[in-house]
Amino acid sequence: MITTAAEPPVFGKPAAAGPGGHWFNAHWRPRHRTRTSLIGWSFILPNLIGFGVLTLYPVLSLFYISFTNWNVFGTAQWTGLANYKRLVNDPMFHTALLNTLYYCAMTIPLTLLTSLGLALLLNTKLRGAAFFRTAAFFPYVTSIVAIAVVWNLLFSPQYGPVNEVLRVLGWSSPPGWLTSEDWAMPAVAIISTWQYMGYYMVLFLAGLQAVPQELHEAARVDGASAVQRFFAVTLPGLRPTTFFVVIILTINSLKVFDLILVMTNGGPGTATLVLSQFIYQDGFVNYQFGYASAASVALFLLSIVFTVVQFAFNRRGMAR
Amino acid sequence: MTTELRLDALRAAAPRHRPAARRPAAVALRAVFYLLLTVCAVGLLMPFFWMLMSSLKSANEVFTAPIHWLPGTFVWDNYVQIWQHSAILTWIRNTLILSVTVTFLQLLTGSFAAYGFARVRFPGRDLLFLLYVGTIAVPWQSYMIPQFVMFSKFHLTDTLYSVMLLQAFGAFGVFLMRQYYLTIPEELLEAARLDGMSEYGIWARIMLPLSLPALASLTLLTFTTTWNDYLGPLLYLRSPGNWTLQLGLQTFIHTLYNANYAWLFAGLTLSVIPIAVIFGLGQRYFIAGIATSGLKG
Repeated sequence: MITTAAEPPVFGKPAAAGPGGHWFNAHWRPRHRTRTSLIGWSFILPNLIGFGVLTLYPVLSLFYISFTNWNVFGTAQWTGLANYKRLVNDPMFHTALLNTLYYCAMTIPLTLLTSLGLALLLNTKLRGAAFFRTAAFFPYVTSIVAIAVVWNLLFSPQYGPVNEVLRVLGWSSPPGWLTSEDWAMPAVAIISTWQYMGYYMVLFLAGLQAVPQELHEAARVDGASAVQRFFAVTLPGLRPTTFFVVIILTINSLKVFDLILVMTNGGPGTATLVLSQFIYQDGFVNYQFGYASAASVALFLLSIVFTVVQFAFNRRGMAR
Repeated sequence: MTTELRLDALRAAAPRHRPAARRPAAVALRAVFYLLLTVCAVGLLMPFFWMLMSSLKSANEVFTAPIHWLPGTFVWDNYVQIWQHSAILTWIRNTLILSVTVTFLQLLTGSFAAYGFARVRFPGRDLLFLLYVGTIAVPWQSYMIPQFVMFSKFHLTDTLYSVMLLQAFGAFGVFLMRQYYLTIPEELLEAARLDGMSEYGIWARIMLPLSLPALASLTLLTFTTTWNDYLGPLLYLRSPGNWTLQLGLQTFIHTLYNANYAWLFAGLTLSVIPIAVIFGLGQRYFIAGIATSGLKG
């Protein structure tokens, strides 16, 4: 590997050295500037063309399609707010929306607590920490299909090891998990937490690095207990990381799809029907592109609104 | 020599425990720590262990109550059977084609664009970058329909190209590489410019070699994501000849009788092993890449 003096030791913390001197210097001339612009665009263009066509354009056309009655056969006709009116009165959509929020309400706190807990445990000089880190991270790089098959059997009401353990612990009639309307969503939330906590743990570990060690030392000298130090030093120091994690976690929970699709396919009944799946059903199964697009706009707005609200809260908290 | 990545620095900076290991309280604390960690590790890894063991069981041993953690006899034949009773070779081939192409395109266009964003100043650059980052808050699920409609207009659905295009130009690669490029000192580029090197030359001959750790992170993350992707192939690849490993195995489940579950587990194990190996070898790059960007999810 490379070892030049220029090599930054730590990956990721952008050094203060932004784009430096050259472009600011006194020899700046308009001709120079045009040329520089051209060079800049030429670097970005190959990616931008792909990105623009495959991401930006679909996002923009989404809004247009949502105002039409487009399906796979006909041409698109402008129907104004008809799709949205239908959406507001569609009990299936209400179910999907509520289920999504229910899933978020379980997954977000659960993942936040477990990943932070793991990060705190591993942020020590214990021997074997590297092994535990690997173990925690491994579910994240595993395919969803393998996860689905394995967890489906682990959660199996009669033969599953989970219920076997619960019976041993004295729960005589443990839940039916994925086959039960009440327990299917908690089961999915547990699997999601299991899969992703290693990923968020890595983010928290990186954040813990940024907490100044001197503050801990000072607090210790002043006689603060470990718990007091956690609340007075660690938690405030982790604030930017927590903020970031909550945003990513919220977006990922709102758009939950593949896990649901392979675990329960929305069932039993509509107990785990979520927004993404509602969109998928109407778009790719019933071919009602217009109506599904209106539901997509709802998901889009939900994600954006949550993100903006969190940014606003964060800013207010910072100002205090 | 290896480049020190983030988490190694992190461990070095971890709280220094006072050398009090001999005090009973400290010993107890340490024991509790290990106990907690072991419980977590068992919980996290148990499903994999169970998958591996089930892939070596006889057909009716997979579902037994009480559960058998270890196979009675090791049935290695399951791994032969899955090969013979499914098109797993085609699935692996398709998955490899997709993963390699997507990774290559993402690396090439991502690092190229990242240089433009990080090191060349021009009007509109920062706004454009904001747009790139902004799309990260937009779930793919919300624009999969217009995207699909567009692909079908170009008659690209049910081809491997569709999934390649779907994944190759993500904002993620650009973002990750840009973050890294910003850490490379400007003086170095300045010196190259004075020597008459063009911006393209600087990218190819200075930036790329210097950003090997970031390139490694991006390679591993992109490869793994594409290898594991289920939704893209599900929507776009309809004919069995185009199926990926994930799609093939998922379909295989639905055509199964209980008797063949051990084969399925063999197939699943085969699909996880390459990623496990890659992850084992390049773990530090995975972690550094995620700690840097935090965006893959």
